[in-house]
Amino acid sequence: MTEPEQSRPTPMVSAQGVHKSFGALEVLKGITLDVAPGEVMCLVGPSGSGKSTFLRCINHLETVNAGRLYVDGVLVGYHERRGKLHEMHPRDAARQRRTIGMVFQRFNLFPHMTALENIAEAPVVVQGRRKAEAATQARDLLARVGLADKAQAYPAQLSGGQQQRVAIARALAMQPRLMLFDEPTSALDPELVGEVLDVMRQLADEGMTMIVVTHEMGFAREVGDQLVFMDAGVVVEAGPPRAVLADPQHERTRAFLSKVL
Amino acid sequence: MTDPSTPIKAVPLRRPGRWISAAVLVTLLFLFAWGAATNDAYDWPTYGKYLFDQRISAAALVTLELTVIAMVIAVVLGVLLAVMRLSDNPVLRGLSWLYLWFFRGTPVYVQLVFWGLITSIYQQVRIGIPWGPSFVTFDVREVGSAFMFAFIGLGLNEAAYMAEIVRAGIRSVDEGQTEAASALGMTWLQTMRRIVLPQAMRVIIPPTGNEVISMLKTTSLVVAIPLTTELYSRARAIATPIFRVIPLLLVAATWYLVMTSVLMVAQYYLERHFSRGSSRTMSSRQLAALAKAQEQPPGGGS
Ligand SMILES: Nc1ncnc2c1ncn2[C@@H]1O[C@H](COP(=O)(O)OP(=O)(O)O)[C@@H](O)[C@H]1O
Ligand SMILES: [Mg+2]
Repeated sequence: MTEPEQSRPTPMVSAQGVHKSFGALEVLKGITLDVAPGEVMCLVGPSGSGKSTFLRCINHLETVNAGRLYVDGVLVGYHERRGKLHEMHPRDAARQRRTIGMVFQRFNLFPHMTALENIAEAPVVVQGRRKAEAATQARDLLARVGLADKAQAYPAQLSGGQQQRVAIARALAMQPRLMLFDEPTSALDPELVGEVLDVMRQLADEGMTMIVVTHEMGFAREVGDQLVFMDAGVVVEAGPPRAVLADPQHERTRAFLSKVL
Repeated sequence: MTDPSTPIKAVPLRRPGRWISAAVLVTLLFLFAWGAATNDAYDWPTYGKYLFDQRISAAALVTLELTVIAMVIAVVLGVLLAVMRLSDNPVLRGLSWLYLWFFRGTPVYVQLVFWGLITSIYQQVRIGIPWGPSFVTFDVREVGSAFMFAFIGLGLNEAAYMAEIVRAGIRSVDEGQTEAASALGMTWLQTMRRIVLPQAMRVIIPPTGNEVISMLKTTSLVVAIPLTTELYSRARAIATPIFRVIPLLLVAATWYLVMTSVLMVAQYYLERHFSRGSSRTMSSRQLAALAKAQEQPPGGGS
């Protein structure tokens, strides 16, 4: 830690003592972590430990109660003027979210639209791009996730793995700088997990910054640059995945890993 | 041994119960129709004479216009009220509740009588600064007509019911949909218009179809205003001087039936349009494309 602070690049995500409560229930109790550009951070921890809530705070689907959360050097959810925080207008919050892609456990594809329409929707409606151009991009993205032949299929006609790959393509269509994955393979049949992880691995290889909540320790070990173990709203342990998985330092980490490995 | 890949040709199951009950019901229906055709009280010659009377068809058009305009008002206002009711602004929520409480809590007939009397309550409408100067003033008696008060009265009443239907529709859409739309950077309005309302339509349309049909019949109440150019009043007006009430009621009923039938067909197509993507079943076009992709003719069998 002899390096001066300013020589490091701005982190893509920087959480500094982030707290989040729902009424009396305190879910995040001071999360501090950094994700560098191009880094893949895997977030693991028992159910209810606040992983989803943390992801949702990053793209301001939830508002932080205390602490600061920066994405690409910009404060999330508030404007800071002369040392005071001002609530953000929903329109500005929507603008902030455009550069952050999110993939959900239950896919959340739009059921009334075909795969192609799902992907082309936000570029047209949100970014105001031309329909033909958005459709061309959508076709490219479908090819990239290996679903070139499913452009006209509705979500209900696709398998879970295929739906999740369309959902990834939909997020990528907004050309995000950061991708958040909330247990992207937990709702899938075991034989379908691989195809989704392959797409994510490919994305990581292309240099996308990613935060992945997952129980797939194999993926964390091979693709992750950083493994963060969270429990009861705090970061218990963080480090290179291989090191944490091979030699966990805390009893809680050991107990959790013995269950999922 | 037959080849197991031969298409199955099974003997259809016999269903005698179905045939017997069908025969009984068809016989009863025939007897009723026979009775009606031969009963002089129905006065079929008069029915035939007035069925295509120009006054009747013009009145049917008025009924249809009232229905359409009132429903358009009801749907637009209903969506607005439903969205207000679901917003997190307590003032908007309260106003929406108050509206529903009033318009659902009083009979539509009473409301229509009230609209008929509106010109004696409000003579002038003034647009301007309260207690200050006014920019535009217009005379309610000049601008308003019985027809206008009829569709306003019907539309405002119906909006309360439409609001509840739309609200149920919006709430039927999974929360994950709003979340995914927000995560893509859509604003609240974009999310409503592009994602939530189109999906809510599947839940909204069937009861709305019922409301349209019910509105078509409720238009006969505008005699309360009084507006007497619509179908029912016009049929009564023709029947009374010639003492032929029953055949003219049948004429009106026939027209109502034809109009509701047309509306039911429209509803069928609307429902089909908004059920896109709701099932795993593929259209024949999609299946053909898939079969082509697999490079083998559909069906098969040699
Ligand atoms: N909107 C909410 N309102 C109230 N409690 C919530 C809400 N969202 C999450 N929680 C609670 O926060 C805790 C953490 O949830 P979550 O972040 O989903 O955990 P994880 O993703 O690690 O399983 C849980 O106890 C959950 O019940
Ligand atoms: Mg979760």
